[in-house]
Amino acid sequence: MDALLALPPMYYVAMVAKVLVAFVFVLLTVAYATYAERKVIGFMQVRLGPMRTGWYGLLQPIADGLKLFFKEEIIPKQASTFAFLVAPLIALVPAFISFAVIPFGGNIEVFGYTIPLQIASVYDPQVGKVLDLNVGVLYILGMASLGVYGIVLAGWSSNSKYSLLGGLRASAQMISYELAAGLAIITVFLMSGSLSLNQIVADQAGAFGVTGWYLFRNPCTFVAGIIFFICSIAEINRTPFDLPEAETELVSGFCTEYSSMKYAMFFMAEYANMVTVCAVTTTLFLGGWHGPAFLPGWMWFVAKVYFLIFCCMWIRATYPRYRYDQLMRLGWKVFLPITLVLVVLTALWIMAFGTEPWFSFIM
Amino acid sequence: MLGAYLPIIVLVTIAILFGLGSLIFSSLIGPKKPSEVKLAPYECGCEPVGSARERFSIKFYIIAMLFILFDIEAVFLYPWAVVFKKFIAAGLGPFILAEMGVFIVILFVGYIYVWKKGALEWE
Repeated sequence: MDALLALPPMYYVAMVAKVLVAFVFVLLTVAYATYAERKVIGFMQVRLGPMRTGWYGLLQPIADGLKLFFKEEIIPKQASTFAFLVAPLIALVPAFISFAVIPFGGNIEVFGYTIPLQIASVYDPQVGKVLDLNVGVLYILGMASLGVYGIVLAGWSSNSKYSLLGGLRASAQMISYELAAGLAIITVFLMSGSLSLNQIVADQAGAFGVTGWYLFRNPCTFVAGIIFFICSIAEINRTPFDLPEAETELVSGFCTEYSSMKYAMFFMAEYANMVTVCAVTTTLFLGGWHGPAFLPGWMWFVAKVYFLIFCCMWIRATYPRYRYDQLMRLGWKVFLPITLVLVVLTALWIMAFGTEPWFSFIM
Repeated sequence: MLGAYLPIIVLVTIAILFGLGSLIFSSLIGPKKPSEVKLAPYECGCEPVGSARERFSIKFYIIAMLFILFDIEAVFLYPWAVVFKKFIAAGLGPFILAEMGVFIVILFVGYIYVWKKGALEWE
């Protein structure tokens, strides 16, 4: 309790402000990612996408949300009611709270109080440093695993064959790709020597510019970064890995029996996960909020995240869906051994050349 | 350090309230006209056959077990990766590399065993 009282009042104001801003940011991004996805895929397929609600269909997400509010809530007779109701919550909450540890900008100063633009962090004036979770990456991995429970519970509690199959597939797929993603992140730890996201971002700044980003630091982290992003897409069940809700064979997978706002919550969770995954990839491999100084840090962060979200949509418009055995083969027989070898190679590289960008040896 | 953990609790609370709020709100204002057919599990318009809670493929269990094994081994690698640079700075680079090399080789042997046993086959 003493430790809480020792914090200045500005801390609480800043905390609530940061939490609200980040929550609203994710919520708005989720809403407009659904719109952007339909527009982007529409244009890629030479059609217009939503055009009727508002100017260029800009009010479409709001209309969709309102419509889902007024829909009938159906709870199937055989369903296990409590698990059925709780599952969307378990899917949605972790998707939103992983954002807490991601630094989305540099420090700003308000009335002489320094506020780090990262939700779960505090500036210590005595040390002159930002303190954040020293297990930030583990926290994100933990939250990513929690999301699996929502989907498994949804699949099981609906007591419908399609839901059960979708839920089983989803759980097997998510844990398989989590493994490869978790191994790919080790290359980042080797480079940074820290699990704190603030440190990881700080380590990617400096005089090197773009070559300081872990993605371009050395060849090993380049491959690891790309594998991590692909595994992340697979983990959040997006096309081309959207087997759990493969509508051509499983109707709608684990959320077949869901309607109204409960369905919308799974939908929001999927898009919130996409935002989080893109933010994590930005932070770990693309230098976080660092960029040329003509734009403030948070703008760079938003720009990088939106670019990655666009890439997700691009991938969706480009590739057909995998078959389940292909999906498991890719995760277990391709990515797993590659990432294990990458860990060793990165360690060898650091021993031989250090953590400097590899362009500095060429020039 | 407490200052860094408190916002997470606040964010969790807001997220849960948001979820609960939209669940309750939509169940209040949505129409309710249940019927026998509407409450039956969806099976492409046919009469549902049997229960959904039947046996399913053993493969899913195997994948779950393998995941636990490999994930724990991956987590063992995390602390090693974090202190790796410090050991190099202290001149103990080859030592820590060899140590983890042995661990990864054992991991790889286990992986090849699993592969050869056919636990990763889905065809």
